[in-house]
Amino acid sequence: MAHETLSQIFISTLLTNNFVLAMFLGLCPFLGVSGRLDTAFPMGVATTFVMLVASLCAYGLNLLLGYFNLEFLRLISYIVVIASSVQLVEMIMKKYSPALFRALGIYLPLITTNCAVLGVALFQTSREYDLAQSLTFSLGGGAGFTLALVLMASLRERLQLSNVPTLVQGTALSLILAGLLSLTFMGFAGLGGLE
Amino acid sequence: MSLIKQEDDAITFDTFMEGVWRQNPVFVMVLGMCPTLAVTVSAVNALSMGIATAFVLVSSCFLISLIRNLVPKEVRIATYIVIIATFVTLVDYLIQAGSLKLYEALGAFIQLIVVNCIILGRAEAHASKNPPLKAVINALGMGVGFTIGLFALGGTREILGAGKLFGISLFGEHFQPWVVMVLPPGGFFVLGGWLLLFSLLRSKSENKEEHRHGA
Repeated sequence: MAHETLSQIFISTLLTNNFVLAMFLGLCPFLGVSGRLDTAFPMGVATTFVMLVASLCAYGLNLLLGYFNLEFLRLISYIVVIASSVQLVEMIMKKYSPALFRALGIYLPLITTNCAVLGVALFQTSREYDLAQSLTFSLGGGAGFTLALVLMASLRERLQLSNVPTLVQGTALSLILAGLLSLTFMGFAGLGGLE
Repeated sequence: MSLIKQEDDAITFDTFMEGVWRQNPVFVMVLGMCPTLAVTVSAVNALSMGIATAFVLVSSCFLISLIRNLVPKEVRIATYIVIIATFVTLVDYLIQAGSLKLYEALGAFIQLIVVNCIILGRAEAHASKNPPLKAVINALGMGVGFTIGLFALGGTREILGAGKLFGISLFGEHFQPWVVMVLPPGGFFVLGGWLLLFSLLRSKSENKEEHRHGA
């Protein structure tokens, strides 16, 4: 499985196997933050950054655990690494870009419980990607997450102008919208040379 | 309703039923969506995922409730996460040993139970404030509610998408399977449909209440 080219991995995680719409990873922020376009985009970028850091750490950590035969500690160490890298991103952002830090607010610490981040770390391990492949995988996944978030936010902004029966409003409508979006993304199937 | 806000150690039937019905994690709170949609392509997968999650939920709530007075407030979330991750690792190895086929079907989603918001939510909101027995009963209710939710979704998707339930054909040979239901978009559609049904039921019962008060 580990002989895919970098562009194949990127295209497949961005479109065909989009994290949100095809693999159902990171749905909580997808439904929670996608109300407005101007919070959706920074959220996507921050998540992508955390994914990159987490992917890098997970790769090193996996080598280390493999060396000491401690694979059963993998899950615990991954989650600790992700939690601390979110903390790190938070601290860096607070120091160098206070404006963005304030804009993201509560959503930043919530990235820890985003299953897309842990998903990246777990999938790259189970698919035995090397370092370059892992980083491409997390970059594509993050870009795909951002894309889905931005599309969904735009749709929901448009939807506020339309007349929807009160019964359907809320989560049910968002889910049906997400289903339609997911159906559209199935049109990309076959792109990038992977299923 | 207002009674629940009070601090009491009494264990009532409501401690259990809260998670099953009034605060059902799937249909009412819409928490833990990732595994809910990803693994519910068949009834069997949905049931096993529900039971695995319920097990992690109950055991971690028990342990968290036991040590609730020992853990400093500042590091409590980190402590909870490590406890949950430990039980998830246990479940992961148990399923791998028990049924390799199931393990392959559920894939990474067993390990992703760690970041299921239901578990951390229960740990923070209930287990960290209540004695072990009450925490376990409440967690059990939540687990049962989650399993029922998953089963409803998995069952619907299997019936519509494959014409089967538990692998047994229901409609005979002439049934044209609605394939999109077992594909990713179907997950969103079916859950959306269920939520719609629930909000319909809720608005009906609210209407009835209003009529009764009006009369």
